[in-house]
Amino acid sequence: MGSTFLPTVGRMAVCGGTHGNEMSGVYIVREMERQRRVMGDGVWPIPVTTVLSNPRAVKECRRYIDTDMNRCFSSAILSSPITDSSPYEVWRAQDLNALLGPKGSAGAIDMICDLHNTTSNMGLTLIHYTTNDWVNMHICKYLQTKITQVPVRVVILEVPISDAYSLESVSKHGFTMEVGPQPHGVIRADIYNLMKEGVDMTIDWIQKFNSGTVFDGGEVEVFIWHKSVDYPRDPDTQELNAVIHPQLQDRDFCQLKKGDPLFLSFSGETVKYEEESLYPFFINECAYYEKGIAFHLAKKIKLPIPTVQVQKD
Amino acid sequence: MSSRCNISCLQEAKRVAIFGGTHGNEMSGIMLVNMWIKNAAEIERNGLVTKPFISNPRAVEKCTRYIDTDLNRAFTPENLSAPDLEGLQYEVQRAKKINQIFGPKGSPDAYDVIFDLHNTTSNMGSTIILESSTDLFNLQMVNYIKKAMAPHTCPVLLNEHPQLKYSTTRSVAKHPIGLEVGPQPQGVLRSNVFESMRTILKHALDFIELFNSGVEFPPCTVEVFRAHERMDYPRDTNGNITAMVHPHLQDCDWEPLNRGDPMFLTFDGRTIFYEGASTVYPTFINEAAYYEKQQAFMTTCREILAANAIRKTVK
Repeated sequence: MGSTFLPTVGRMAVCGGTHGNEMSGVYIVREMERQRRVMGDGVWPIPVTTVLSNPRAVKECRRYIDTDMNRCFSSAILSSPITDSSPYEVWRAQDLNALLGPKGSAGAIDMICDLHNTTSNMGLTLIHYTTNDWVNMHICKYLQTKITQVPVRVVILEVPISDAYSLESVSKHGFTMEVGPQPHGVIRADIYNLMKEGVDMTIDWIQKFNSGTVFDGGEVEVFIWHKSVDYPRDPDTQELNAVIHPQLQDRDFCQLKKGDPLFLSFSGETVKYEEESLYPFFINECAYYEKGIAFHLAKKIKLPIPTVQVQKD
Repeated sequence: MSSRCNISCLQEAKRVAIFGGTHGNEMSGIMLVNMWIKNAAEIERNGLVTKPFISNPRAVEKCTRYIDTDLNRAFTPENLSAPDLEGLQYEVQRAKKINQIFGPKGSPDAYDVIFDLHNTTSNMGSTIILESSTDLFNLQMVNYIKKAMAPHTCPVLLNEHPQLKYSTTRSVAKHPIGLEVGPQPQGVLRSNVFESMRTILKHALDFIELFNSGVEFPPCTVEVFRAHERMDYPRDTNGNITAMVHPHLQDCDWEPLNRGDPMFLTFDGRTIFYEGASTVYPTFINEAAYYEKQQAFMTTCREILAANAIRKTVK
């Protein structure tokens, strides 16, 4: 079977601090900027732009100042008029769209790798929007073979790009690199090193691809987002009245079956899962309490991907 | 059989408080106290009154450590005697209010015991924090808790160091006890951490009830880790950290650290080693809230404290 020919992945952006308290990306971007100062632009084999996405939130070590910036990149919000009362992050998202996009246009940067941390036990998870971006899928497959200290998994959201609300939807290809568990506001050396390796391997794949390497197709196991589940809450106050069950805590991507425990109420009762078998992830992510999400559920499929190589002009 | 002169007679502990939310994003204490405010049955004991209390409600509402300043550093004599002027920081106002309800600090009218519930991102397990090596009531209570929790261990941090100690919320009471349970990210509630804290408090209240009923507690020894030195991250001239806690030190709270052991790892991969002369026991390793306080970890020295037998004063 022949190759699918794809254009060069010419320019890449590595973004950190999209959430200002997710520290690995902040320090990776700072370290990459230091390397560039010391060793010049040729420090990486391909052109890489480094971006500290939300500098005000980084300075205050907070997820965001006014609103979650990683929900501000839908086409609708990117084209909305900015006024004095617009949230800081909407302004900044439009600024980043001008720098790295415009989203959906031929001038958009080829690849965004947006660096995030989670309090969930998700190892290294690559998140993107579509099942048929072969550059993204091949990078995922490559990282799965190269990184062995933790599981490397792929989550797909299946949202049309115009509705896609996160930063990596601005570029032609792009994904979020989510590494955990790490508390927000903390930098762990093991998590930093893992994410750094993920970024280095991404650059490595792009450089090999652009030089003409043929990457064989095959199957990639992916998790397709299906729905999210909230905590049990007091009907009057909306406060949580249960916590993630100890048998679910830290078991991201382990199959959840009917009858498995989900939550433990403060009075000691177990709430059980009653639906079809699915795969939970983002279990007990700190930032999702305010979004009404205790965990997400996904279906697991094996996605066939074609052999790819760079299109020679 | 111990002779009468070796038994210390102490006042009953009739007024006890449990504080949650001294830091508004340390979730176990907040949820426990809210639960007990709604239904106090679990914390009721004969012979004492136990008051659950949210120390910093505005910080809890925003799920942030503090609004203006750290409440758990705010109970200084200057703050507690500050006049009620406009523009007083929220936590200073709060400290004065707490001192009014549960103090005054240092007076005979102060609450007998305050348990202050905290979480940490450090791997400290179920740590109990004491502020005095001569508080016999607290030492005996800690001994009771440790035996009741076994085989689960409860390390004891003693912070009596003149430069490292600080004016805690609980210091308003005659017998202050800090509970520091981790690891748990800020803003997150983990079931295992929640239940550990709940169980420690159950045993603590059982102890107080037994003591108040006249039970004599024999002499005991308590292993403590005495606060020794604060170690900061290496920083550049702008104050940014230039290295991370080394993977060999990360999560190794309460394990011995010796000269030559890895301590920090720079972002470009170089190891920095511990140079101290003697073995220390590090704690609060990589606590999120301490980056701004210039602390990567605290070193401690292991010590055994002896406590006399105690029983309540009979009038």
